Amino acid sequence: MSRTIDFEAFRTGPDADGLVRRIHELFEGPTALMEVCGTHTVAIGRAGIRSLMPDGLRLLSGPGCPVCVTPLGEIDMALAAARRPDVVLTTFGDMMRVPGSESSLERERAGGADVRIVTSALDAVEIAAGEPSKEVVFVGVGFETTSPTIAAALMTAERRGVENVSVLPFFKLVPPALDLLVAVPGRALDGFLCPGHVSSIIGSNAYEPVAHGADMPCVVAGFEPLDILAGVVMLLEQVRDVRSGGAARVETQYARAVRPEGNRTALELLDEVFEVVDADWRGIGTIPESGYALRERYAHRDAGAKLGVDRTRPDEPEGCICGAIMLGERIPADCPLFGTVCTPRDPVGPCMVSSEGSCAAHFRYERR
Amino acid sequence: MTRDESITLAHGSGGRLMHDLIERVVVRALANPVLETLDDAADISSLVEPGRLAVTTDSFVVQPLFFPGGDIGTLAVAGTVNDLAMKGARPVALTLGLIAEEGLPLVDLERALRSVAETARAAGVVIAAGDTKVVERGGLGGLILNTAGIGFVPDGVELGGDRVREGDVMIVSGTMGDHETAILVAREAFRIDETIESDCAPLHEVARLILETAPDTRAMRDPTRGGLATTLNELSSRSGVGIEIDESAVPVRDDVRSVTDILGFDPLYMANEGKVVAVVPESDAGRVVEALRGHRLGRDAAVIGRAAGEPGVTLRTKVGGARPLLMLEGVQLPRIC
Repeated sequence: MSRTIDFEAFRTGPDADGLVRRIHELFEGPTALMEVCGTHTVAIGRAGIRSLMPDGLRLLSGPGCPVCVTPLGEIDMALAAARRPDVVLTTFGDMMRVPGSESSLERERAGGADVRIVTSALDAVEIAAGEPSKEVVFVGVGFETTSPTIAAALMTAERRGVENVSVLPFFKLVPPALDLLVAVPGRALDGFLCPGHVSSIIGSNAYEPVAHGADMPCVVAGFEPLDILAGVVMLLEQVRDVRSGGAARVETQYARAVRPEGNRTALELLDEVFEVVDADWRGIGTIPESGYALRERYAHRDAGAKLGVDRTRPDEPEGCICGAIMLGERIPADCPLFGTVCTPRDPVGPCMVSSEGSCAAHFRYERR
Repeated sequence: MTRDESITLAHGSGGRLMHDLIERVVVRALANPVLETLDDAADISSLVEPGRLAVTTDSFVVQPLFFPGGDIGTLAVAGTVNDLAMKGARPVALTLGLIAEEGLPLVDLERALRSVAETARAAGVVIAAGDTKVVERGGLGGLILNTAGIGFVPDGVELGGDRVREGDVMIVSGTMGDHETAILVAREAFRIDETIESDCAPLHEVARLILETAPDTRAMRDPTRGGLATTLNELSSRSGVGIEIDESAVPVRDDVRSVTDILGFDPLYMANEGKVVAVVPESDAGRVVEALRGHRLGRDAAVIGRAAGEPGVTLRTKVGGARPLLMLEGVQLPRIC
């Protein structure tokens, strides 16, 4: 039985006006809410939601753009793998234009490297099965929405005996980034708009430590414009509560997709294939226990080890303040390079490179 | 020549095999008195009409060659006819250059040429001259077509992208994003189990309808590569006026919307091959929409916005927000998550 969902109902109509009015009613003075998901960054921009907010209510973009937080050294590893004549490099589309120290996957492909855009890690397994003389490497960039699918793909490869497929495990985890964001003294954040799809995997309970430990309101919101507006309403209600002595909590606006305990199957897949390790976030530095490495029994699926490609630590471009932007300390307009030297066509830093990056979204969707 | 043959390099050599190909396949499909003289050049003085001469050209490299709603042949005629129609010209004749790749099945060539002939007939244009070449196997995708077209712009018709004025109204003749979405799905890179039809069609009648209803039409464009958003940016930039678009007013087919939603694409940036964006004086807008809706190619015609404000295009979103609508930068890529 198939069911059609009318997404238009989440995008338009008098409900939107009602929610915007409620936001203005609840607003009590300078408030900074941070969304930590690239999809939210784009959705907010595309719907023009900032233009509807009261003056003084800031919607900041956090480090929720998986491409943006992939360090230069990891990008260079992908490029090094792509250059191997026996490698088919498979990647999601948004990695193609990311500049490494000297090149990009797009440029490597134009120069003859076998780089293919896929929409699923399983595609990499299929390609490997069909081209046994090649090593198929998958660039594993993404948060918890993505990493379970790569875990499943690797398990499929094991089951089918497809040996010539491996992964560059550049995945990051969201909750440790939130821990970092609340830990810095003097930070003026009033609430987190939590990522809808990451949360459908890890569960809304994952934010309990941040909400209670740091007294930080957390609302898990969906991605349609009405979801986001409703999420902002719920956050402002909590902010009002907290400012008059109440306790912050975790709430779920996106109840149709998110459960408190998350998706057990996905979490089991993750646990089977990956172990949590410290990880390097571009512009931010090392965040403890915020990434994945392959477990011992899957170590033969690590592309870096298999190909003998090492991680390096190249310098970041000068003048770029993407790190500060991703932590909510600065906004794109603060960057001297924004819109002049650094544009979507000629990006300097990671926030402009990815279509979900804070700077790219500001350039495209916010009035200047 | 048997039906299961494919194109070989010999078909392009100028010898007997090429003559046979041209006479028995190409000319046979495109049959018309002008073409059948087969001189080195065609005398088309009989096709001259009153008005100013307009010329255009386009090359067609679409993959796959055949897709739901059309093929490279349909596109090759419609694309050039439409460029002339957007200038206000009545198209009269096209040339057809074809470059076939060694190995192209003959039946595919015949099928494409049949589409050229049918679309030319529907558009009332003559294929007056042509050329056939064959290249070695490798990278051409089977077939490339080029068409150049001429037409005549009646006196009094003055269309131009720089003629848009404050207060003018933007009208689209139908749903946006159809063709490019159809091509994406037909390419099967995304394995979407759905058939999306391209809107590929010649627009000479639609253009004439608009001009008859609104003689003061400022400009017409067919939003192809880069989609509606790019076309509107071009108009704004050429005219120096701002354009405001109401997102809710832009018609998009449900099946196109579903596919673009899943892939993270925006229909406002997806090409059409059978739609017009017309800029008309405010007083003519209602009648133009009504006239379009009476035509089979204009059933979903709608006012989508107006010219106002500083240069640049602004989108009023479905939730009432406002944000810039920029030109397409690079290519659209499907997102990670």
